[in-house]
Amino acid sequence: MTESNVVDSIDELVARIPDGARLALPKDSAGAPMGAVRALIRRGVRDLHLITVPTSGLATDLLVGAGSVASVETSGVSLGEFGGAPRFNAAVKQGTIAVRDATCPAIYAGLQAAEKGIPFIPLRGVIGSDVLAYRDDWKVIDNPFAPHGKDPLLVLPAIEPEFALFHVRRADRFGNVWIGVNGELAIMAHAAAHTLVTAEEIVDDDLMAEEGTAAGTVPAVYVTAVAQARKGAWPLAFLDQYPADDRHLANYVRAARSAEGFDDYLRHCTESADDT
Amino acid sequence: MQCLPEELLIATIADLLLGCRTVAVGVSSPIPGSAALLARAQSSQPLRVELLESLHGNSFTRGSVELFDRAAQGRIDAFFLGGGQIDGLGNINLVGAGEYPAGSVRWPGSFGSSYLYFLVPRVILFREEHSRRVLVPRVDFVSAPGVSEPGVFRRGGPYALITSKAAFLFDAENCRFRLSSIHPGHTLEEVLDNTGFEFDYTAAPAETSSPSAATLATIRGSVAGEIAAAYPQFAARVFPRHQ
Repeated sequence: MTESNVVDSIDELVARIPDGARLALPKDSAGAPMGAVRALIRRGVRDLHLITVPTSGLATDLLVGAGSVASVETSGVSLGEFGGAPRFNAAVKQGTIAVRDATCPAIYAGLQAAEKGIPFIPLRGVIGSDVLAYRDDWKVIDNPFAPHGKDPLLVLPAIEPEFALFHVRRADRFGNVWIGVNGELAIMAHAAAHTLVTAEEIVDDDLMAEEGTAAGTVPAVYVTAVAQARKGAWPLAFLDQYPADDRHLANYVRAARSAEGFDDYLRHCTESADDT
Repeated sequence: MQCLPEELLIATIADLLLGCRTVAVGVSSPIPGSAALLARAQSSQPLRVELLESLHGNSFTRGSVELFDRAAQGRIDAFFLGGGQIDGLGNINLVGAGEYPAGSVRWPGSFGSSYLYFLVPRVILFREEHSRRVLVPRVDFVSAPGVSEPGVFRRGGPYALITSKAAFLFDAENCRFRLSSIHPGHTLEEVLDNTGFEFDYTAAPAETSSPSAATLATIRGSVAGEIAAAYPQFAARVFPRHQ
């Protein structure tokens, strides 16, 4: 028989993520799993080590504000047109979370090294920046293949998340998930030990049966579990499926200016299970 | 021709993109994005624009990782960076003010700047706020350095700096900015008062040219329509009549 990795609810999905996990999240504009993030907060998860691929916004701000996060490796955390991420910024200033500042291609490259099963990967640029100066896990080597003279080259360790968690438009009942042109979700899934996915819909067709859909599909072999989450990216925009809930986001930005305002917001927003 | 400050900036930046084959635009960049679309409309040769933040405004099929791979290969000719602080050596800081990490102000982070500044030939620095708070003698954190030691692989770097008051070009040989024009309504004295680093200038700097009627029509027409897909709030504020 074929095993199915489709589970019944988001709460069941995120129950697999233990406290202290190394968790990779996509950027807000490309499949941020907001329903699953609320479920994690509802569960009271603690001490997460977030890796934002390569940036984040509301997903990280909520988890940080809820006290669920020990560290964040990121190239940028911002609410885009809504401004800075208030709880993330406050936590960095108060020193309640550790931040490992990176740059976008370094996060992708580290994950790509993990995809390939190699310990490190070189990357151009970055030399002479303070991003490099504050990263004791990044090194500069001499390019061993330089045709003439010295060619200093940044090398980065592989990034191996324990979990990748993201939201997609569609999954099938076999647990294949369709990501379309958002190929960085495939990089996350390949690099992570376990990949958990929420999907707007779960269809009966086999996404792997036709080349047209298979090309944009992360096959179930990489996917630990899938749960349906209608409007699973709300209040963020999700592709061409729905726009951002601007009023909600504006209210959030106002509320989250203070820790108390954030706590009020959180009570209202995570109290009940998301509509699935 | 009467125009909005945003429209002057869009036209000024578009002029800096002449001759480019591919211009990429990152996150939170509505004015540079509009400038790239204007340059495409005005260019006599094919000019490709990749709007990272727009669902249908780019040709990436592997996600935004592809922007960085293309840049490293030399397939991207121009890109835009900003910063909470910019100094006279072209160093930019997108991380925060004060001592790192728990300084007085935290900004989002370096994004792709630490990498793209090295690999894209023509990087245009854009920051509307022109003040001593932003244009500082020395940045508190170097997200990306303006210049590199000899021997470090680098095909790009700062090309120009555009603010709400003026336009500068970067003199890579002397590692200094040179004032190229002052926007209408602003003065040299005001630019000097509000710039925290030294730069080269002449006693009577040029005034930034205002966009022609035809250029404005393009900005308010096709550019406004296309930028709204990526930056709806910006488009609603600056081009309300287009909505």
